[in-house]
Amino acid sequence: MKSTAHDFKENAHKALHDTELREALSVVGKNFILKRRLAADALPEFETLRDEAVEIKKRTLNELDLHLERFERKVIEHGGQVHWCIDAAAARETVLSICRSVNAKTVTKGKSMLGEEIGINGFLEANNIRPIETDLGEYIIQLADEPPSHIIAPAVHKTKSQIADLFEKHHKLPRSMDGEALVAEARAMLRQAYFDADVGITGANFLVAETGSSVIVTNEGNGDLTQTLPQIHIVLASIEKMVPTFEDMATILRVLARSATGQQMSVYTTVSTGARRAEDPDGPEQYHVVMIDQGRSAMLGTELQDLLRCIRCGACMNHCPIYHAVGGHAYGYVYPGPIGAALDPALLGVAEALHLPNASTFCGRCEEVCPMRIPLPKIMRHWRERAFEDGIQPVVQRSAIRLWAFFARNPLLYRLNTRAAMWALHALGAARGRFKSLPFASGWTAGRDLPAPQGGTFHAQWAAKKGRTK
Amino acid sequence: MSARDRILGNVRSALGRAEPDDKTRAAYDARFDAHTRNTVPARASVPHAALIERFIAEAHLVGATTARLDRLDDVPAAVASYLRDKNLPARIRVAPALQSMSWGEQPVEVGYGKAEPSDTATLTRALAGVAETGTLLLTSGPQTPTTLNFLPDANLVVLTETDIVGAYEDGWDRVRALGATPRAVNFVTGPSRTADIAQELILGAHGPIDLHILVLKN
Ligand code: SF4
Repeated sequence: MKSTAHDFKENAHKALHDTELREALSVVGKNFILKRRLAADALPEFETLRDEAVEIKKRTLNELDLHLERFERKVIEHGGQVHWCIDAAAARETVLSICRSVNAKTVTKGKSMLGEEIGINGFLEANNIRPIETDLGEYIIQLADEPPSHIIAPAVHKTKSQIADLFEKHHKLPRSMDGEALVAEARAMLRQAYFDADVGITGANFLVAETGSSVIVTNEGNGDLTQTLPQIHIVLASIEKMVPTFEDMATILRVLARSATGQQMSVYTTVSTGARRAEDPDGPEQYHVVMIDQGRSAMLGTELQDLLRCIRCGACMNHCPIYHAVGGHAYGYVYPGPIGAALDPALLGVAEALHLPNASTFCGRCEEVCPMRIPLPKIMRHWRERAFEDGIQPVVQRSAIRLWAFFARNPLLYRLNTRAAMWALHALGAARGRFKSLPFASGWTAGRDLPAPQGGTFHAQWAAKKGRTK
Repeated sequence: MSARDRILGNVRSALGRAEPDDKTRAAYDARFDAHTRNTVPARASVPHAALIERFIAEAHLVGATTARLDRLDDVPAAVASYLRDKNLPARIRVAPALQSMSWGEQPVEVGYGKAEPSDTATLTRALAGVAETGTLLLTSGPQTPTTLNFLPDANLVVLTETDIVGAYEDGWDRVRALGATPRAVNFVTGPSRTADIAQELILGAHGPIDLHILVLKN
């Protein structure tokens, strides 16, 4: 996917003035948060399971080479193939050559964030192969020609009315505003596509080293039809999806759905192991795992390693005040919200994704709810420091920080100046109690007033109070 | 250098690990025989009668329906009345695993094998039911084709009480007991659903709209 992360400020500004987006996003803050809370509270072992899930993934990453080797061996034992791809370009070529081996005309697709990351749809289209998204949310945004705005609810930015318009235009059926009727329409449109497709592509929530299995976790059943009906199943997976055993996966599953949608368990958890057996009446004849690095191995052994625990549940964005305000598209890349602010700079480079780590109030809710306890705010701070060290922050910001640093290192000057500024603002604004506008502060005063200072500086008040409270 | 060797090499150098020798590899593989469990929720470790009740209650919570039957011979009548009540066509695609069952006088057209595009209802057999979340465990194979679980509007599943277990781990032990790992193992928790249209929960997105579980005493 092409990034527009460098335009975050303009993107966010536009998003804040988009009334339909505001309407669509209003449910995210309420729905997801409440449901996760209820699901977590209903399972007494939830916090213990989180701790164990973190430990499992830490252990797994520390022996990732052994797990990857075993996984490959087991896939081959079950009649499948593993294709190792160092980056997105290699992965795209691999998928294309598998599709070409059967002269594929259409490809059905289950939801895959990695698929977005490597830009597989555009690439297949450019090579005259039609990719058809089958997850309802992905289907909607494919019709709208937009990228996903949420990692588990890709069309969460669309109102029902916008979806009704899209379906009317593309399905050539009378416009309906009934949710069930809209779902039934999409169901009927996609039915034949499953049978016609030559190849089905899915992502993977887990790769299990024990048996060489890939696992998808879904609610709609589209992923299963996508991977069962065509003659070829291609799995797109990045190397950090590995878990050692089925028991380990069970532990992570127990925190995944609860954190994501507030379900105890998603409807379909499908464990796929190799190709159709000789005696099987259905299932794909070929099973290919495209094993993609794309920057992951470079994160191992660094302060970014924690990010490789991410199970893409979406809880961090569901609980993020910035995400609630601007939505996913403003971030300008595949992964929005706190995980995007922490991960996108690693995938895109700090210069491109400079603004994302700043898109945070540092309230810490993301880390609190992250089932894998990823220190997201700490990683965002890391990127801010990197941006400063690399000298790629805007000049105004850099000079302001320099100026502040100069005064902070000279306490006497600092106090004199703050006292003078305080006194001046008090004198100017005391009558009305607030400022409607101030030079250099229009970013603040455009949307709200700035209260006028009521008296002395913090230092002065502290000095005065100290004597009394002791 | 192949992409495989580059990726494994990058992983090893990032982690400061040497290429493992045969002894390390053997010790690593041996760990997989232990099937060590992590914490299993207490709700999965209750007497069997309570597990059956839990399974049924959880299945209802996720929108599945159930019927309790004494024996396999009661299934055809239960299927016929279900199709009638649901206003579905009186025909069903049945898993070969249930081929021995006699349909007698039931007014239902029965076909066996994998699901076909025109099938509106299917009947299959579960390997196990997991009580902790009302989850069915369905496996692929000539006796229980996978398409039966996903293509129809209504999926009916036979589950024997003795096959109801507490936790996912117990269910996976049943899979291990089969010997070879089947191509597909499906954990199914309720009928298909979506919330992709303005966050409204709607059943029957692409998979079955109805999931009906026939729980057999034996
Ligand atoms: S960072 Fe944590 S909360 Fe966010 S998607 Fe990943 S696992 Fe979920």
